Amino acid sequence: MSSTLKDSRLLENYILTIADNSLILAQRLGELCGHGPNLETDIALTNISLDLLGQTRSYYQYAAKLAGDGKTEDDIAFLRIEREYKNCLLVEQPNTHFGYVIGRQFLFDVYHFMLLEKLQNSEDETLAAIAKKSIKEVSYHKRFSGDWIKRLGDGTEESNQKMQEAINDLWRFTDELFYMTDAENAMVEEGIGIDISAFKESYYSQVSEILKEATLAVPENKYFNKGGKEGVHTEHMGYILADLQYMQRTYPNMQW
Amino acid sequence: MSEKEIKNLEAIFEARIARDEKIEPKDWMPEKYRQTHIRQMSQHAHSEIIGMLPEGNWITRAPSLRRKAALLAKVQDEAGHGLYLYSACETLGISRDELYEQLHSGKAKYSSIFNYPTITWADMGAIGWLVDGAAIINQVPLCNTSFGPYARAMVRVCKEESFHQRQGYEIMLTLCRGTEEQKAMAQDALNRWWWPSLMMLGPTDAESIHTEQSMKWKLKRKSNDELRQQFIDQTVPQADILGLTIPDPDLKWNEETGHYDFGEIDWDEFWQVVKGHGPCNKERLGARVDAWNNGKWVRDAAMAYAEKKEANKLKQAI
Amino acid sequence: MSKNWPLWEIFVRSKNGLEHRHFGSLHAADAEMALENARDVYTRRNEGVSIWVVESKNITASNPEHNGEMFEPAQDKVYRHPTFYDLPDEVKHM
Repeated sequence: MSSTLKDSRLLENYILTIADNSLILAQRLGELCGHGPNLETDIALTNISLDLLGQTRSYYQYAAKLAGDGKTEDDIAFLRIEREYKNCLLVEQPNTHFGYVIGRQFLFDVYHFMLLEKLQNSEDETLAAIAKKSIKEVSYHKRFSGDWIKRLGDGTEESNQKMQEAINDLWRFTDELFYMTDAENAMVEEGIGIDISAFKESYYSQVSEILKEATLAVPENKYFNKGGKEGVHTEHMGYILADLQYMQRTYPNMQW
Repeated sequence: MSEKEIKNLEAIFEARIARDEKIEPKDWMPEKYRQTHIRQMSQHAHSEIIGMLPEGNWITRAPSLRRKAALLAKVQDEAGHGLYLYSACETLGISRDELYEQLHSGKAKYSSIFNYPTITWADMGAIGWLVDGAAIINQVPLCNTSFGPYARAMVRVCKEESFHQRQGYEIMLTLCRGTEEQKAMAQDALNRWWWPSLMMLGPTDAESIHTEQSMKWKLKRKSNDELRQQFIDQTVPQADILGLTIPDPDLKWNEETGHYDFGEIDWDEFWQVVKGHGPCNKERLGARVDAWNNGKWVRDAAMAYAEKKEANKLKQAI
Repeated sequence: MSKNWPLWEIFVRSKNGLEHRHFGSLHAADAEMALENARDVYTRRNEGVSIWVVESKNITASNPEHNGEMFEPAQDKVYRHPTFYDLPDEVKHM
């Protein structure tokens, strides 16, 4: 399929808009390992991080193959400048408290599941195969984070406040999930990519339903922030990359 | 129960263990057996979860995706192992919260090795190779210990841990086959972790309390000094393969004994760290206490939600 | 006053055709969470295809002090075992 593409750079870019979300969210969850609210939850969150990391590697290996210039998955993961990372702003938001961890996960999982559900039917066989494998993992993530939204929203007064605070704060990053970049539009035309903008309404209705069940208010804020998918990130991103890239930048051109 | 009856029960109990029978939680056991097991199993569990921290320190900075995934999985396993061991403790009627309380208040001990800092990536290699190596030597005999839940937990732990040491050694091997800079990083890590790893196997036999009782109950099969010798004998050839030098000028193969002779261990340093004055004691315990305190509202919320749901179910049933 | 998450006993079927076996225990606020936690704690290495969770307090256990009367009477019922019966060698496969 890809060989018939006029510009395989567009496909690479498209892959990155999907894969970078998994990488950066895995990185954020990795920060929590050893610091969870109890052992069982710690283990569960690390499992999600590992799932996302596995997905990241499949996508990057494919992107590296497409590039065909001897680059590896690690070159893609570690050696880009900040403006070249295409993840959405939502996944780079910090682990302010557990409500933010769950809120970020939930708002992303609902979107992620919708994306993969469609991507399974992509005309690009590799992407379709990765989506098929990943959707089982993400289906579990979505259930996990949705359950926790309910527990925290409908738990104690304190947890309700904290969960609401996180949802209110993260809400402004949800609209970007449905923003279509040039690479995405081009890939939709090729039958490879997904027109995710078409799912916006369904996303907000699914999310709202669970928030209501969790006795949380659906934010009415109509002001949104975007930029991540075009490589313009929040200030958090630089610090994430400082950690992520530390070894590769400090000791260039070595095998680990 | 009269003193004579207790003596009689104790004799039967010791005979059962001597016959290699397993003791299960609801069986009669001497109070000292119960206390000793709670102490040893909880120390072991605490060591697993404190042990997550020095390695967790490098998860976000792991140099490749493959290494990152392996390290995450390894640190996660340690959480699992802590959980298995706390569960084994709980069969003796003490709750995990009580055990945490002992850890957080500084009453309970954990392995001192985790109070050393991880300052380079090579430390991930050295910990896997040396610290997990020493841990395995300690743990394998425990798969056959007398208390059933402990033995079963250890079987699971040992099975899962088999990849941990290989993971560490592979990191070291890659560094040693890499650039000069990488090899120096590996040597530096070995220099810093070698002696603490030897100390990990416990004080010398002359200084060690509890040993005789522990042998009888199969909490120990070999003395600390024997285990240490075993660790050194198996590790030196592995260092040779890496092309690294063990930081002990007195280390020498002894034809007569068939073992390596080695230099004096700095026991003052050991006791300093055990007593809470190692480089990272405060940080390690602080991180655990913070995680626990910050998680309180989360645990409370989940419980409150579960109770509400249960109450609703009952209401609907009526 | 906060309550602790109760303890649950975890039973896992390793593959179809085998019985559920006791794997260990863990803490969870409710049954759904116990299932999720069990999946993450006890089947990370592909160890299971089915999980049962039972809150520990709901298990009734026999008392080891009664082991004599509970189990010893079964020890001498040798006639329940095939080796108790003598057959000529010519009779194969019975």
